[in-house]
Amino acid sequence: MDFSETGILSFHGIYGIFALFLPGWLAYAVTCGVLAFIVINAMVMSTALYTWFERRMIGRFQARLGPNRWGPFGLLQPFADVIKLIVKEDTTPSTADKIVFAISPVILFAPTVLTIAIIPFGENTFLGRLNIGVLFLIGVTSVNTIAVLAAGWASRNKYAMLGSMRGVAMLCSYEVPMALAITGVVLIANSLSLYDVVQAQSVPFLIVQPLGFLVFMAAASAEMSRTPFDQIEAESELGAGYHTEYSGMKFAIFQLAEFMAPIVTSILAVVLFFGGTRGFDPIPGQLWFVIKVVLVLFGLLWIRATWPRLRIDQIMGFAWKGLFALAILNIFVIAIEVMLFQDGEGNITTRGMWTMAAVNWVITIAAIAIMVNVLGGKKLERPTPKPSPLANMYAEAD
Amino acid sequence: MTVKTEPVTINLGPQHPSTHGVFRLRVTFDGEVIVDVEPVLGYLHRGSEKLAEGRTYVQIVTLTDRMDYIASMSNNLAYVRAVEKIAGIEVPERAQYIRVISAELQRIASHLMATGFLLNDLGALATPLMYCFRERERILDLFEMLCGARITLSYMRPGGVFQDTPPEFWPALEEFIGNMPTYIDELERLISGNEIVLTRTRGVGLLNDVDAVDYSISGPMLRAAGVEWDLRKADPYEIYDRLDFDIPIGALGDTFDRYIVRIQEMRESIRIIRQCIDATPSGPIRAETPFFIRPPEGDAYAAVESPKGELGFYLVSDGGISPYRCHVRAPSFINITPLREMLLGWKMSDLIIIFGSIDIVLGEVDR
Repeated sequence: MDFSETGILSFHGIYGIFALFLPGWLAYAVTCGVLAFIVINAMVMSTALYTWFERRMIGRFQARLGPNRWGPFGLLQPFADVIKLIVKEDTTPSTADKIVFAISPVILFAPTVLTIAIIPFGENTFLGRLNIGVLFLIGVTSVNTIAVLAAGWASRNKYAMLGSMRGVAMLCSYEVPMALAITGVVLIANSLSLYDVVQAQSVPFLIVQPLGFLVFMAAASAEMSRTPFDQIEAESELGAGYHTEYSGMKFAIFQLAEFMAPIVTSILAVVLFFGGTRGFDPIPGQLWFVIKVVLVLFGLLWIRATWPRLRIDQIMGFAWKGLFALAILNIFVIAIEVMLFQDGEGNITTRGMWTMAAVNWVITIAAIAIMVNVLGGKKLERPTPKPSPLANMYAEAD
Repeated sequence: MTVKTEPVTINLGPQHPSTHGVFRLRVTFDGEVIVDVEPVLGYLHRGSEKLAEGRTYVQIVTLTDRMDYIASMSNNLAYVRAVEKIAGIEVPERAQYIRVISAELQRIASHLMATGFLLNDLGALATPLMYCFRERERILDLFEMLCGARITLSYMRPGGVFQDTPPEFWPALEEFIGNMPTYIDELERLISGNEIVLTRTRGVGLLNDVDAVDYSISGPMLRAAGVEWDLRKADPYEIYDRLDFDIPIGALGDTFDRYIVRIQEMRESIRIIRQCIDATPSGPIRAETPFFIRPPEGDAYAAVESPKGELGFYLVSDGGISPYRCHVRAPSFINITPLREMLLGWKMSDLIIIFGSIDIVLGEVDR
């Protein structure tokens, strides 16, 4: 089997092996199972690695070492954590809705894995080439809202309830600008398939439509509920938010989904805005993909390690007053440009792309400058301190 | 159709990541908005004031360490000043300088803690907190040189300090004072201009000057409200009248002002220490005092400007070896009295940062 031709996730290659000794329908089912097994395990393992990466990096940001005891450079720390969580007692509050309580971790975890199904990891390395990939993405990533609500509601805890209520409000709001930001990508690529989106990026869409990228990243970091949008957990306010009552493996699955979310988000960002597998020649596309994902992950981590959290009403204001308007502006501009530059077959030349990029950067900077002055601006001014007359308690009485 | 809503009561604490100890707030929310607050105190009550009645005047110093455990030096200073006042002990000049240096170092350490935890309450994932802790460690190292302890110091005694500074203390102090302004600049670059911090803290948790004075607030909280009042200037003790420093004040009395006043006070403390380093004379570090101090019958109140406000000790003596009564005017306790008025109408997230900006230590609140 020639891997360079078919890629490691070739359905036909694996099917060919099983079809040698199994009937066709069974070989088909087994092949599906094997592929799912490989992909899910690869994702879980990379999540484990990512937790290590994040903790080491945040340790560095905070002038300390991070996990460094267990294994070389502390690489085995995630496994130690998982073992600890497995042997922990799995408690369910007596007043909880037991069925919903038990299944909500799975509901949160499943859609995160599902998104992997349609990601083109390389030129020929993907599971499915769904022609409505972008729609699938937007639909599937919305499911986690239900899981957050279910978990908070079922655990019958006021902190969990508050956290999940905030979370639902926030996740619902941020899906709108996220979908609108992706619309700009779809307009230029002229296709809903993620594979075609990658193929269309002769110039990475990060350069072509920076406004769309910024809106997408802001909305996506809210979707995965990290600082400055980590209202769902809000550790210093709500303890642990919606998973306050969870322990043992249920908690581990929540954590898994939570740490997988940044990976999936960076994968999406790479596919939609960083040109996916495209790169210079000696390095294979798959490696380019990984390099880009790690870079985006590092960027997200940097934000997480540095910024404080916004208040819930400020977060909603930012979504509806800021991101929503910017995303609409982005679609409007991109649509006009696409109308001007697209040829009859729906393709845009590289030259056309660069022209669009130049125009869009100017628009982006102007729009953000206006937005900052409208939304912020006045609040940042500080009156000069005026000494109060009350300080003079030892003054002579009149 | 009208939707029926009802307020939710939540117990915030005593076990909660942001209550700075074992403080408990019974908060009633209407959605996210606070409609009622009831603070519940006393989870860390150890009866320090009563314990003091059974100990000699020198032994009580160790009790004061454990009240405001973030700022032990200031507690020591306030207590020993009260004893010196009631017993009429003259303190040698060198001891006074060393005391002022250590109290000002303690002020920097305490303000670093307050700033770091305020940012932690804002949700900054411990990064600014770790930076603050890094600098605080250096101060604790200096304290370790002075007295061997890092947190519960018990460095001061009625009549002076219990041992002279070791020779390596002064170069280490010089180095720290040289580096600290750049550390504060670094912290300010990370925090002060951050738009999220400004959005969260500007105009939140207002306390105006009239209310602050009415509630008998003191310390950075009072100065953030614009009242230029500091015991070091208003009623100078030790050698503060010889030193040149300013009292930073805030413009509005909001959470951000409380933060910025603390940052500026750290800079002023560095100025004070720098002046003290040059002026410290040689000489004895402790006045001759009898083993059991027996003050004459009477009472005395001495207060110092601790990092959190006016910390006062009121001692009543019946002529014996231990005080008849020891009362502490704890700034943390008095500074949280306007908490309810400051919180009503704000949201859950604001509760955390308003409470964090007051900067209390539960050991001092409950004593």
